[in-house]
Formats: sequence, structure tokens, C-alpha cells
Amino acid sequence: MFNTTVAWITLRATLSRRRALLFALPAMILILLTVALRASRAPMRPWPSHVLGTFGFSVLIPLTALIIGTSVLGAEIDDGSIVHLLATPVRRSAVVMTKFIVATGLTMVFAAVPELIAALISGGGSIPGQGAAGLVAIDTGKFAVGLFVGALACSVIYNAVFVMISAATTRAIAVGLLYVLVWEVLLSNFVSGVKLLSVSHYGLGIANGLASDPVLEAGLGVLTSVVMGAIVTVVALALAMNLLSSFTLKGEPA
Amino acid sequence: MTSIELRSVSRWYGNVVAVNDVTMSIGPGVTGLLGPNGAGKSTIMHMIAGFLPPSRGELTIGSKASWRDPSVYRQVGLVPERDSVYAFLTGEQFVLSTAKLHELPDPAAAAARAIALLDMADAADRKIATYSKGMRQRIKVAAALVHDPEVLLLDEPFNGMDPRQRLHMMDLLDKLGTEGRTILFSSHILEEVERLSGTIQVVVAGRLAASGDFRAIRRLMTSRPHVFTVRSSDDRLLAGVLIGGTTAGRPAVTAVELTRAGLQVRTSDYGAFCRDIAVLTRDHGIRLREVLSADESLESVFAYLVAD
Repeated sequence: MFNTTVAWITLRATLSRRRALLFALPAMILILLTVALRASRAPMRPWPSHVLGTFGFSVLIPLTALIIGTSVLGAEIDDGSIVHLLATPVRRSAVVMTKFIVATGLTMVFAAVPELIAALISGGGSIPGQGAAGLVAIDTGKFAVGLFVGALACSVIYNAVFVMISAATTRAIAVGLLYVLVWEVLLSNFVSGVKLLSVSHYGLGIANGLASDPVLEAGLGVLTSVVMGAIVTVVALALAMNLLSSFTLKGEPA
Repeated sequence: MTSIELRSVSRWYGNVVAVNDVTMSIGPGVTGLLGPNGAGKSTIMHMIAGFLPPSRGELTIGSKASWRDPSVYRQVGLVPERDSVYAFLTGEQFVLSTAKLHELPDPAAAAARAIALLDMADAADRKIATYSKGMRQRIKVAAALVHDPEVLLLDEPFNGMDPRQRLHMMDLLDKLGTEGRTILFSSHILEEVERLSGTIQVVVAGRLAASGDFRAIRRLMTSRPHVFTVRSSDDRLLAGVLIGGTTAGRPAVTAVELTRAGLQVRTSDYGAFCRDIAVLTRDHGIRLREVLSADESLESVFAYLVAD
């Protein structure tokens, strides 16, 4: 299911595009924001949970995964070079799996690791403000590990989704961006039912399961998050494999 | 020996019929798929190459359907039309990685052989991004040939090549064809094809307009005059003989023009003219120096088919 040659070409292609510079941008913003807040000793102490939870899980990770996930397959479909890969006996399922694994690995490096670093810098999770009932301090280690594991899980699920979108449409970036902004950022945070189908909330659910931080506002339990995340990943990859098996070249523009 | 078979293949996009009930059999040797832009050549190529399902009909390569079966690529090499290659790789890396994707036992040797075959050894360690269009075309062919396929499909392979590269490519295709491989290429540049292949499949407006040896096809079109240039020991006498000669032996000549280069003779019957001119010149003691079929080029075949 994993083809090293496909992985090598994908990695070379993804990192040699100018778009690669964008990979690190959301992570840079997150880390700089964390450093700035930490330095300013913001009085509203639960900021790490908000910044790393809400911004991290519904902006940083999905955007990074979007750029990478659509890059590994979508860019090659766009410029037609995918034909060189597909006109070989390599199974299409192996092409999808390999590209998904490469994208996931890159997203972990460019989003999950920065999330871990920012969590370590932040100095821990929610803390009892004056009279803020039920909040306790969460030590840095526990907080960071929780967020890191949640971010790793998000990297996996998001990339499965974005690889599938790349196989489904030639406008993968636009469709993906719309999905992130409308579904993940807007609806899932305001319409409670949507959480059940929100990748960011799977990640938050898993992070919360380890960090037990109510300020993360995880709407889902760990078990639900893991099961739903696994289902979404498997379904998205199966769809992507089927779509790529039926990959067509468009006729000449008449 | 692997052949490509299309049986009543049609392909439509919504209401637009791109390919209409095409049946053809492409065997070993070089075959040209010809037609003007938009005639459906690419659609046919894509269907054969397994990158488009036929809407109706049956299409096989060596008795296997190519759609949704990547294993056909073990015996098929494809040179796509789009000039998109992994520009960030060197020529050698590109061909070598293709060899690895084919899981060849010795990918390095296969890559070196394919690169040498295409005369690309000198540029092999340069990035493809630095290549000219013709060089990119050749490295694509090298990659398509790396697994020594029985069938080679080339979509508009002569695009962007300079005359020397074209000749090299044509020689190569001819050589591969005579080795018993099935080579199918598409083209709208007809003069190349004429030099290259005896067999053509002409597609016009989605239909197979003609098929077979292109000279034979030309001869079938007797309703259209053929033009010959004839030089002889006595052009004036020959002109008289041809136009006014005995009714019995007179070939179907419709016009004769005396020019400095010789006689321009129009005839409506290719075969009869060729037979009769020999008899007539012998009878009148005229010595033939040259009989040239002036419009036996693919352009005229093609123009005729398209105009119809």
C-alpha cells in the first residue's frame, strides 16, 4: 500500500513548489502569537486553551493540512503530470495511500509539532481566575501532550479529507477552503449538531481526553472522537481510491 | 503481438458526441491516427490509454479492457500530449523512477537503455525544467519505453520538435514498429505521417472517415481528380495523345496542361491512367522520363475527406 518511488516523487514535488513556503506560515503565526501573549502576561489566563484550542484546531491545522493535502495530489492533477504516475501498474489505492501518508507526515511536522512547541511555551492550560468556577491549572506537560496528540489525529483525518477532495475536484483548494471556513470554523463552533461531523472537534475531543481542559470546549468525548475520526478517514480514503481509479483525461478543447 | 481493438466505440459528453461508433483494429507496426483538431483523436487516445471510459462499445488492448485496470500498463507505454513532466527531476531521475514504478528487475539498466535510445544521455543529468520542448517530448518517450512495452501510444508526439528531432523520432517509431510492436500515434501534421506510416486511421467529426493504407484510400476516391506531373521525350505529342487519342485506349484524362516542368495531367481514374499511359507512350514512341503523382500527399487525402 506504500510505494517508496511515489513517496519520493511526491515529497520532491511538494517541497519544490513555491507553495511549500506557505506550509510554515500558520505555524509561525501561532508560535509568534503564543510568545507575544506569554510575554505580555495576559491577565485572562485561559488564553492558551483558546489560542491553541480554537485557533490551533480550527485554523492552524486545517489550513496547513489544506495546503499540503491538496498539494500532494491536486497539484499534479492540475498540471497533468499525474498521468506519468497513473500510466504505470502501480495500484491507484497505493498512490492514494502513499500520498496521504506523505501529506500526513508533512502536516504533523508543520502543524502538530508547532502546536506542541506553542503549548510548551504557553505554560499550561486553564487556570482558576478569580471566581471562575471549576477551572484548575493544567500543567504544561499534560496540556502539551494532549494538544499534540489531538493535533496528530487531526493531521491524519484532515489529510484523508483533502486528498479525497483533490481526487474529486480540480478546484480542490477553493472547495477545501470553503469547507474549512464555513464548516469547521463557522458552523461547527456555533451549531452544536455539526460537531459530530467536524474534524477539528475530533481533535479537540482527543486533546481534551488527555488534558481534561474544559476551556478547550471539546464538544465530543474521546471515544466518539476516535471512532468518528477513524470512520471519516477510512471513508474519505476509500472514496479517494475509487475516484482516482476512474481518473479521466479531459478531451481536447474543441 | 498485441493489438488494439475498438468495437463500435462511442463517447459523448452530455449532448456532445465526441466519438461516434468507431470500429478499428490496430495491429503491430506504426499506425497514425489523423484528423483535424477537435475531431476526437484525443478522446480515442484517452480511451485506448485507459483514461476515459467509452460511453458505449468495447475497447481492448491485447484482449484486456484498459479502463480501471492499471495492470495493462505493463504492456503499454503512454506519451501524453500535455507537456507536463516532473520538471524538478533530472531526465535520468524521471526515467529511473518510471522504471521503478514498473517494478523492473534492473531499473537503472532499463533507464539507461531508454535514455540512450532517445539520444538523451548528454542531457540526462540536467533538470527537465531546463529542457527544450523537443527534449521534454523525448524524455517522455524514454519514460514510456522504459519497460519495453508491446504497445506504445503517443498523443501528438511531433509537437514542438525541430525537423532533426522529428526525423530521429520517426526513425525510432519505424524501428519499433518493424520490431513487431504496436505503435499508435495521433497527429494533425500530415506530412510527417506520410513519411512515417503506411497505415492510417482518419477521424473526422468523431467518425472514422477512412482506414488503411493511405495510398489505397487515395485511390478509392476516384470521384476527385488526381494530378500527375509527367515528363517525357515529347511532351507536346504526349499531350495530344492523352487528350485526343484513340477512344479505346484513352485514359480518363480530364485536362492536360503544358508547363515548363512537364505535363500536368488531371485524371479521374488513378489505376486506368497508370496502366494506359504506359501503353500509349509505347505505341507513339514517346519515352517517359518521369511520372509523378503530384497530390499523393496526405494533405490532399485529408482535405478531401474533411471537405466532404
